[in-house]
Amino acid sequence: MSMTMKDGRRRSIFATIAMPLLAILWTVPTIGLLVTSFRSREAAASTGWWTSLWEGGWTLDNYAQVLGDPSISGSLINSIVVAVPATVLPIMFAAFAAYAFTFIKFPAKDVLFIVIVALMVVPIQVAFQPMLDLLGPRGLGINGQFVAVWMLHTGFGMPLAVYILRNYMATLPHSVVESAKIDGASHFQTFWRLVAPMSSPAIAAFATLQFLWVWNDLLIAKLFLGGGENKTVIVSLQQMLGTQGQGTELLTAGAFVSMVIPMLVFFGLQRFLVRGMTAGSVKG
Amino acid sequence: MAEVTTTTPTRQGSDGAAPLELNKHKGSPARPVRVIVGAVGMAVTAWFVCNAFLAFAYYPGMFANSGILIGILGLVVGIGGSVLFFYFLNLCIEGFPTRFAEGLIPYAFLLPGFSLIALFLLYPTVQTIVYSFANDNSTAWVGLDNYTAIFSTGHFWSTLLNNLLWILIVPVLSVAFGLAVAVLADKLSPAGENAAKSMIFLPMAISFVGAATIWGLVYAYNSPGETQTGLLNAIVTTLGGDPQPWYQIDAARLNSLALMVILIWLQTGFAMVLISSAIKGVPEDTIEAGRMDGATEVRIFWQIVFPQVRATLLAVLITVLILVLKVFDLIYVTTNGLYNSDVIANLFFRKLFTDQQAGQASAIVVVLLILVIPILIYQVKSFRDQEANR
Repeated sequence: MSMTMKDGRRRSIFATIAMPLLAILWTVPTIGLLVTSFRSREAAASTGWWTSLWEGGWTLDNYAQVLGDPSISGSLINSIVVAVPATVLPIMFAAFAAYAFTFIKFPAKDVLFIVIVALMVVPIQVAFQPMLDLLGPRGLGINGQFVAVWMLHTGFGMPLAVYILRNYMATLPHSVVESAKIDGASHFQTFWRLVAPMSSPAIAAFATLQFLWVWNDLLIAKLFLGGGENKTVIVSLQQMLGTQGQGTELLTAGAFVSMVIPMLVFFGLQRFLVRGMTAGSVKG
Repeated sequence: MAEVTTTTPTRQGSDGAAPLELNKHKGSPARPVRVIVGAVGMAVTAWFVCNAFLAFAYYPGMFANSGILIGILGLVVGIGGSVLFFYFLNLCIEGFPTRFAEGLIPYAFLLPGFSLIALFLLYPTVQTIVYSFANDNSTAWVGLDNYTAIFSTGHFWSTLLNNLLWILIVPVLSVAFGLAVAVLADKLSPAGENAAKSMIFLPMAISFVGAATIWGLVYAYNSPGETQTGLLNAIVTTLGGDPQPWYQIDAARLNSLALMVILIWLQTGFAMVLISSAIKGVPEDTIEAGRMDGATEVRIFWQIVFPQVRATLLAVLITVLILVLKVFDLIYVTTNGLYNSDVIANLFFRKLFTDQQAGQASAIVVVLLILVIPILIYQVKSFRDQEANR
């Protein structure tokens, strides 16, 4: 009886033992951080976090201090100010391009799309020196401002956005677009009324990926926003990682604070993320 | 073409402007007013958006120095601006005679996206290659000096060796773990499968800096004799060993391996999701046929399931490989390349940012660029094969 599950498959003893073990192994480091973030500096420095159940040393002070520090709470807001526009702005540009690639025949189409595929591989480091010139004091002089980072993330995210959206649009029934055309709708109308709404799962998937990427980014934030007033929470965390002694207890709480929003976004949109990533993006 | 598609039931989906059909076939003549209004509209929109964005940067005081206000205005101006821009673009194009407009429209749709790509990716790539032959403030040509300078240091070769190790180890292990988890989870009850997968997927939301903080608690080191607060050293000492400063051991590149574990931990969930969906796509009857023939589960996996998901495994491997080549944050916040643990992207950052040697930094990026060329060719080729099969 117990050899089969409700849906009739045979129960695998190996899987029922190995899988929970792996899942726990994967989660233990994060739990360690969570537990440590609720412990005082003395406790964390003298006993391992796994002993906290009997050793004690619990406190909420770390969070009170982190959230009370205007530099950290400010950087949390900065991260939102950076991530939301940098996530939303690429979508429309990419969606129009993806529409053209999917539903219109034109010369040089293949070559242009291959440029997109190729650029997804090119490391963004190639852009830094010229962009520092262009956005820095030698050029526009907007380095260190949110606008600079919005623009960079919009540009760097474009190939992936076009790629994901185009692959998803290719799975939409072409007959829908054809019949709209016969009804006299222009490409512009077809895009707004049919294709854009139908592509919303892929848009959500890209938005999730881009949001996580922008929120978690250290390199661009550090080079183009710096460690001053406009720094993101990840740069804050990186600065805290360098501290020794006094203040180390804030690191764990700070790390957890920096992880909460991406995790909420991630779990909220996980369904779309999986669907968007698997629809056409990696096909056998 | 029309005969085939008129029968589709979705016809009412667009707000049936049937009379236009006639118009369309005839083709409409040029409407210069539309062209002009569209062109002027585009110019004004672009001008306004650019100035608004520059104002956010130059005069934050105008917006009460409030990041939130700037963010909201940026969203409104950015989205509103792009909607208006595309509207005028379309208006302008539709003003041309129909035949001409039909040919123009795909390029019009691509123009804004590709302008961004050209400005932020294509132009800088070329510029960086140019800079790699120039001095540190890019004022004079120095020929191959930057390249000879980087290639003549032992540190650079040691860095390349590290990158090679990262490339060989991390993608393969991430895919192996992802495959193992996907296969094992597939054999659990749906609730168990979801819970297990979520736990393994979770690190994907965590930043490299956050992950370094988390694993800092695993690798923490206290002098021998003291209580070990790091999980790994606590296990080692419980088993009777001596505590080790993991990030400082460069024998057998142990510190790099310790850092690789973090990246594998982060990437396994990503691999698992894609592989899992490929496994679920394996037709049940092929597996059933294997069972009928009395094959063991292990044999069914290797001979029936594995060949059918191999393409996905390869695609995931390449995706992780591309990520690994650019790995920076993890090393930067843990060892910063000390103890022989440097990687190309971190060396680049140090040359550019700390040492202010833009010439050598550019040369390093060009080396990185050359390293990705084989992957780039492979990606383009596999994309073409995929399109041929579509």
